[in-house]
Amino acid sequence: MKIHEYQGKEVFRRYGVPTPRGIVVTSPNEAEAAAKELGTPVVVVKSQVHAGGRGKGTFTDSDGGRGVRIAKSPQEARDFAEAMLGKTLVTIQTGPEGAKVNTVYVEEGLDIGRELYLGVTLDRESSRVTIMASTEGGMEIEEVAAEHPEKILKAQIDPAVGFQAYQGRELAFGLGLEGATINKFVKFCAALSKVYDETDASLVEINPLVITKGGDVIALDAKVDFDDNALFRHQDLQAYRDPLEEDPREREAKAFDLAYISLTGNIGCMVNGAGLAMATMDIIQHCGGMPANFLDVGGGADQKKVTAAFKLILADPAVKAVFVNIFGGIMKCDVIAEGVIAAAKEVGLQVPLVVRLEGTNVELGRKIFAESGMNILTADTMLDGAQKAVAAAGGN
Amino acid sequence: MAIFVNDQTKVLVQGITGSAGSFHAGQMLAYGTQVVGGVTPGKGGTRFENKVPVFDTVSKAVQETGAEASVIYVPPPFAADAILEAVDAGVKLIVTITEGIPVLDMVRVKRAMAGSGARLIGPNCPGVITPGSGEGSKGGCKIGIMPGHIHRKGSIGIVSRSGTLTYEAVHQVTQLGWGQSTAVGIGGDPVNGTDFIDCLREFEADPETSAIIMIGEIGGNAEELAAAYAKEHVTKPMVGFIAGRTAPPGKRMGHAGAIISGGQGSAEDKIAAMESAGIRVSPTPAELGLTLKALLAERGVKP
Repeated sequence: MKIHEYQGKEVFRRYGVPTPRGIVVTSPNEAEAAAKELGTPVVVVKSQVHAGGRGKGTFTDSDGGRGVRIAKSPQEARDFAEAMLGKTLVTIQTGPEGAKVNTVYVEEGLDIGRELYLGVTLDRESSRVTIMASTEGGMEIEEVAAEHPEKILKAQIDPAVGFQAYQGRELAFGLGLEGATINKFVKFCAALSKVYDETDASLVEINPLVITKGGDVIALDAKVDFDDNALFRHQDLQAYRDPLEEDPREREAKAFDLAYISLTGNIGCMVNGAGLAMATMDIIQHCGGMPANFLDVGGGADQKKVTAAFKLILADPAVKAVFVNIFGGIMKCDVIAEGVIAAAKEVGLQVPLVVRLEGTNVELGRKIFAESGMNILTADTMLDGAQKAVAAAGGN
Repeated sequence: MAIFVNDQTKVLVQGITGSAGSFHAGQMLAYGTQVVGGVTPGKGGTRFENKVPVFDTVSKAVQETGAEASVIYVPPPFAADAILEAVDAGVKLIVTITEGIPVLDMVRVKRAMAGSGARLIGPNCPGVITPGSGEGSKGGCKIGIMPGHIHRKGSIGIVSRSGTLTYEAVHQVTQLGWGQSTAVGIGGDPVNGTDFIDCLREFEADPETSAIIMIGEIGGNAEELAAAYAKEHVTKPMVGFIAGRTAPPGKRMGHAGAIISGGQGSAEDKIAAMESAGIRVSPTPAELGLTLKALLAERGVKP
């Protein structure tokens, strides 16, 4: 689960990770009042969306300003907030459709000495949580990794003992920190690794991490993602979910325990199993078409789930054909067939339906489709099904 | 001899009285797996299907039955505890089917297992199967949720991160009139136990395995590492496939581990790594069997 920067900083403060003072606002008037209250010579006005690259992002329907701006007066903070709120911000991570800004964060200005990068995430190869630090603050870490891998310093945390101070010192000296800042940085890393561990985060990223001219270490940014599988033990964090940031169909799918992801093509897909669902998208593209979605109904899908899945697929106006690709394992093909037919009848299928069934009770499943009286194109193999679906959707 | 399991492997079912555990324990028994006991705390002293004894703890179950393997069907909040209980009881092979275990639980479990000598398969996987020679491959050892009847005893080793794609590969091999030595689902989570390399090492050393199918997907770099290993250490013919060529970056595709992030984990990189290691990559998942057939013919290998 992704959360906003201001929410990430709330979590940080709970664990003693230093952040600038800031106020969340949803109107230009509030932004002006916030700037007055903060009282610093400049304040930073920051669009809150679940995407990185906000500082360089631009609005589709505003005055050409960026997603993050420095205001020299409360009046300016007000104007900037007005140029952001309710507008659509396009960044490198949002895609061309952008993301609507509903909240703005007004933060005190700092005397910035150096900008660094600090991130905590899972290193899959070692199966350990890893702190990454770099002198290249403000740059995309992927770019640094590609161009200057030697500039990324890493410390792997042993889950048996947790983060150790020496690891923080190694990073601090590697970053060229000096004097009292070194210990402040070590404490900062310790608090940050505690955030990661105790909230079941999947990513904690601070870019930039600021060393002020006075030598303090402060999180100027906060990107925090949580492990969805662990949310059951974090009731408090669930309150951070922002439904406005989620694709409405993906949100609906979650309610039915379906894994659904919107894509840009015109062939709706219903598949059992994540690997097979991905492979179905691939084979559609291989045959010259484009999938409209990824949809895994899971191993234990019943008729209710299949119906919900069908409705989701057909709610996408781009869908010109539906491809059902099922390998019945424990789930029997005849059960799937009954479910698909019931769902198709209930939702009133207006586009061609291609079905490929294989596995347990496949003959019975095919017979049910053949005798249903519905206009269903059956396929013998996955490849045959993909070709038929692409043709039915009007080619590429 | 196959790998990891055979028709003599004695298996415990942890969570045997839950809905998934009881259903699949029944399926495993029907297949011929030596299910020697079950574990559900508080249900010790009862019997499953009037024959399989149920115990309160794994250690008691191991003492009484001599089980060397265990399969876990307990819900995600309790799965890490169940794995560690099995490790502590001396179980040598722990197959974890459970999907949705918190990643940090698995980070701790993996650390705790280091040096224990126990092997973990999964989590979030279909399990492991060594087909038998009976009807519908019965009489072998099926530990997990895969449909036993699509298998056939044979010499093709299969390893995969995905459940249904494993079934596709198994089915296509069976359709060719061949069979599988062992099929292993290593699971779709970012932190898992047995990896591709463990399976490749075992398949290479197994005299009953003639060729290997390896199915990966986007996310992480396990396929790249496995390809590098195969280049140096695997002499048997290998067919590969990577799912998720068309997946958009930054989106988790169903499996917790199937995500392209931080510039890592794309299908292109994995396919390139496989090809440079001499692994024949199937253009589509529908052509795994045909790709294997062509490769074996070229190499003059009998399945």
